[in-house]
Amino acid sequence: MRVSLKLTDSAEPASSLAAEFPPGLKDFNYAPIWDFHVLGVEFAITKLTLLTWLAVAGISVFFLLAVRKPRLVPGRLQWAAESTYGFIRDGMARSMIGEAGVRFAPYLTTLFLFIVANNIYGVLPLAQVSPNAKISLPVVLAILSFVLFNWVGIREHGAKTYFRNILFPPSVPAWLYPLLTPIEFFSTLVVRPVTLAVRLFANMFAGHLLLLVFTLGGVALLASDNFLLKGFSVFSFLLAIALSLFEFAVQLVQAYVFTILTASYLQGALAHEH
Amino acid sequence: MTDLAAVNGSLAAIGYGLAAIGPGVGVGLVFAAYIQASARQPASARLNLPWLFLGFALIEALALFGIAFGFVWAG
Repeated sequence: MRVSLKLTDSAEPASSLAAEFPPGLKDFNYAPIWDFHVLGVEFAITKLTLLTWLAVAGISVFFLLAVRKPRLVPGRLQWAAESTYGFIRDGMARSMIGEAGVRFAPYLTTLFLFIVANNIYGVLPLAQVSPNAKISLPVVLAILSFVLFNWVGIREHGAKTYFRNILFPPSVPAWLYPLLTPIEFFSTLVVRPVTLAVRLFANMFAGHLLLLVFTLGGVALLASDNFLLKGFSVFSFLLAIALSLFEFAVQLVQAYVFTILTASYLQGALAHEH
Repeated sequence: MTDLAAVNGSLAAIGYGLAAIGPGVGVGLVFAAYIQASARQPASARLNLPWLFLGFALIEALALFGIAFGFVWAG
């Protein structure tokens, strides 16, 4: 989407930041900090990789510290960890899947916290970009959830019954199968993982782009020669601040949505009444 | 004569505007239904919350595909 707003035909903008004004795909390509080859495969460690590692370390340390010496009357840290886990276990695993879902609560909690931590980088000062704004991380998370719910379904019903229930639901008359089977195949085995990945990715990508538009737009306006346009940069920066708060809400909602969709797919894979 | 304001670039911007109409209406309907349900039966507000987000997420995916494909096919 290359839309540039030509404000004046004056010379080059004063600041180099203003020259970056129409933000685009280039803003998501980070230079590798460390480049190496293992068995001919290239690995490039970028800022986003480091942020992901930091999220993993942060979550691990949080839970290890919180339950290192568990007490009957929890301290502040233990309370935080327990209420987070309790929120996912009761609000998602138990309410979506039922009692059989409690065993998925650890996976769902880890998934939720990992996505939250990675998303929040989008508005966190110094980080300012979410690793989920590149499609690769959401794809891995979506594949994990996809493999999990199919594996759970196959374990529960056996491969034959599981796929028959998806592709040829017994409650439907047989003459509808030519119509229904392709749709069911497409919606369950293709659309589910793709939408899981794209939803998270596109939200973080669009959010980052939106913040860039208003911050860099503000810089570009400030750098213009026109006195009135300079004044308008204030509104651009104010909107960037307001949108940062909005993005924070979106980041939490998207983590919640990813987790609850995983729970809902698990529920579908476990369900017996087809 | 100087250009004071000119918009140039890809049609994808207009395409995305069109693509956002449907999901916009859809998301509005989801939240309207949730508010109406909670107003009529306040006890169900908590119960319906996961379904609210589920419906919101499924509809919103369409608008997000619009963003992603705009870049994919921009070349």
